[in-house]
Amino acid sequence: MKRFIGFIRKEFYHILRDRRSLFILFGMPIVQVMLFGFAITNEINNVDIAVLDHSKDATTKEIINKISSSKYFSVKQFINNEATIEKAFEKGEIKAVLNFEPDFSKKLVAEKQATVQILTDATDPNTANTISNYTSAILQKYQQDLNTDVRIQYQIAPQTRMAYNPELKSVFMFVPGVMTIILMLVSAMMTSISITREKEMGTMEILLVSPLKPFQVIIGKVVPYVFLSVINAIIIILLSIFVFKMPVQGSLFLLGVESILFIINALSLGILISTVSATQQTAMMVSLMGLMLPVILLSGFIFPISSMPLPLQAISNIIPAKWFIIVLKGIMLKGVGLAYLWKESLILVGMTLFFIAVSVKKYKIRLE
Amino acid sequence: MNNENVITVKNLTKMFGDFTAVNDISFEVNKGEVFGFLGANGAGKTTAMKMLIGILKPTEGEAWVAGFDVQTQAEDVKKSIGYMSQHFSLYNDLTIKENIVFFGGIYGLRKSVIKEKSQKLIDELGLHDEADKLVGSLPLGWKQKVAFSVALLHDPKIIFLDEPTGGVDPITRRQFWEMIYREANNGKTIFVTTHYMDEAEYCDRVSIMVAGKIEALDSPKNLKKMYKANSMNMVFLKLARNIE
Repeated sequence: MKRFIGFIRKEFYHILRDRRSLFILFGMPIVQVMLFGFAITNEINNVDIAVLDHSKDATTKEIINKISSSKYFSVKQFINNEATIEKAFEKGEIKAVLNFEPDFSKKLVAEKQATVQILTDATDPNTANTISNYTSAILQKYQQDLNTDVRIQYQIAPQTRMAYNPELKSVFMFVPGVMTIILMLVSAMMTSISITREKEMGTMEILLVSPLKPFQVIIGKVVPYVFLSVINAIIIILLSIFVFKMPVQGSLFLLGVESILFIINALSLGILISTVSATQQTAMMVSLMGLMLPVILLSGFIFPISSMPLPLQAISNIIPAKWFIIVLKGIMLKGVGLAYLWKESLILVGMTLFFIAVSVKKYKIRLE
Repeated sequence: MNNENVITVKNLTKMFGDFTAVNDISFEVNKGEVFGFLGANGAGKTTAMKMLIGILKPTEGEAWVAGFDVQTQAEDVKKSIGYMSQHFSLYNDLTIKENIVFFGGIYGLRKSVIKEKSQKLIDELGLHDEADKLVGSLPLGWKQKVAFSVALLHDPKIIFLDEPTGGVDPITRRQFWEMIYREANNGKTIFVTTHYMDEAEYCDRVSIMVAGKIEALDSPKNLKKMYKANSMNMVFLKLARNIE
C-alpha cells in the first residue's frame, strides 16, 4: 500500500508539472461549460414578433399589450392575412407570429374558450421552444387574472406550432453532453497518454522490472485520473447548477455513482488505447478520432440519434457516451431513478468489463 | 572472485513466430563478475536480457537468476536485481530526490532507509546543488550516473545494464565504468550489454552474440589470443564476418 501511495504521488507530480495537461484537466472543462452555457443560452430578450389579429377586439388588444410590454417581446408587425406569415418568416424579420382566431372575445364569453395560435420559426429550435413557452406563460397569467371571478372560467387555449421542425427533437441539453465529453477526454485520453509516455520514455520497462505487478502499475496510473475526473464532474455540476441554474431533479448520489461508473468505463478505454499505441501521439490521435468524434457526433449530444440513418443508429449503440447521456438526462432533467435507468447502467457496466478484459489480454500479449 | 554462480542459463530460446531471436544459449555468470554481453543490433542480446530480468517468457530452456527460476519465480528475481536500460530510466519531470524516493518506494524500502540512502547517493555524486532540480535539466552523463545509483538503491545482488553509456562522452563513460568496478568490488555482479568494444576490454568475461547464438565466451585476453586479434573490435569483426 505504501508503494502504491508513492506511485500515486509521482503521478500527481507528472500531472501538476505539465502545464498542458493541467490546462486540459481543469481549464478545458470550465471553458467548455462556459462556452456552451453562454453561447447556447435559453434566455430571450426583445424578440421581434408579428401579430395576426382576426378579431381586433378588447381582449386581443389587451393580450397584445401584455406581450409587447414584457421585456421578452416587441411587436414589430401587424399582419392582415395568413399568406403574409410565411413571407415575414422568410425575411427573417420576426421569430414568431401570434394568430388570434376571429371573434376572440365573443367566443371567450360564449364558449368560455378562445384560441390563439403561436407560430414560431423553429429553424432555431431552441429559441422557438423558449419563445412558445414564454408566450404561453404570459397567456396563462392573463387567463388567471381573468378568472378571479370563480363562477365563470374562461380559457384561452394557446396552440403552438413549430414551423420547419415540428417535432423539435434537438432540444439542446448541453450540460449532460459537455460533462460526457469532458469525462471521456480527461479519463480516456489523459490516461492513455500518460501510460504511453512511460512506454516511450522507457520508464515502463523499469516499472515492469520492479517488484510492482503490471496491474499495480496500471492501477497506479489510473487512480489519480479517477480522482481528477470526479473533481471535474463536481465542477461541471456546480457550474451548471449555480451559473446556469440547471436543475438536478433526481438523486445526487445516483448521479455521483453513475458518473464514477462512466469515468471507470472511459479509463478502461484509455488503458485499452494505451495497449495498442506505442507513442503518445498515436494515443492522442486514437483518442481524438476514435473517441471524441463519436462522442460528439453519435452520442445524441448534438444530433438526435432518432434522426440518423439506421446504420449510424446501430453504431451509436456501441458508444458508451450515448448511454451515459441518457442516464444524465434522466437523473438531471427528468428526476428518474435506477428503476428507469437500470438498463443503461447495466450496458455501461458490461462495456467497462469488456474493455478491461480486452486490455488485460492485450497487455499480457505485449509482455509475452 | 569466487566461483559461485549467480546467473545460470541453460538452452534458453526465444521465438517470435517463426523467427528465432535467441537460439539455444547457455552460460554462467559468477558472483562479483563484470560480464559483458556483446552483439550487433538485432543479435538478440536485449531479448536474452529481458528473459533474464523476468519481463519476457522464454519459449524453451531454463534460467536461474540469483538462485530463482525466471519462469516460475519472476517476482523473486525482480527483487534481487537492479536494472538500467538504454533508454534513460529516471523521470525527467521529477527532481533527483523525488526520483530516489519514488524508486526506493516501489522497491518497498522504508522511509528512513530511503532518506539515508539518498543522502549518501547525493554525497557520493556531489550533487548537493542539483538534488532539488528536475532531472530533465541535468546533462545526460549525470543522469546516467544518477540512474545507475538509483538502480542500486535496493541493494540488488545483480545489476543489469542495457547499453548504459549510449550517447555519453568518453570522460563520463570512464567515470561510469569506475562506478561499475566499485560495485563489482563490493561483491555485486554486473551484467552489461554494450556496443563499445573498448568497454568490452573492461569486462572480466565477454560473450559475443551473433544471430541469436553465443559465438564466443571468454575473457577479453583469451578471446584476442584465440582470434589472433589485438583488440576486441577485431575479435568482434572477425566473428561477425565469419558468420556472414
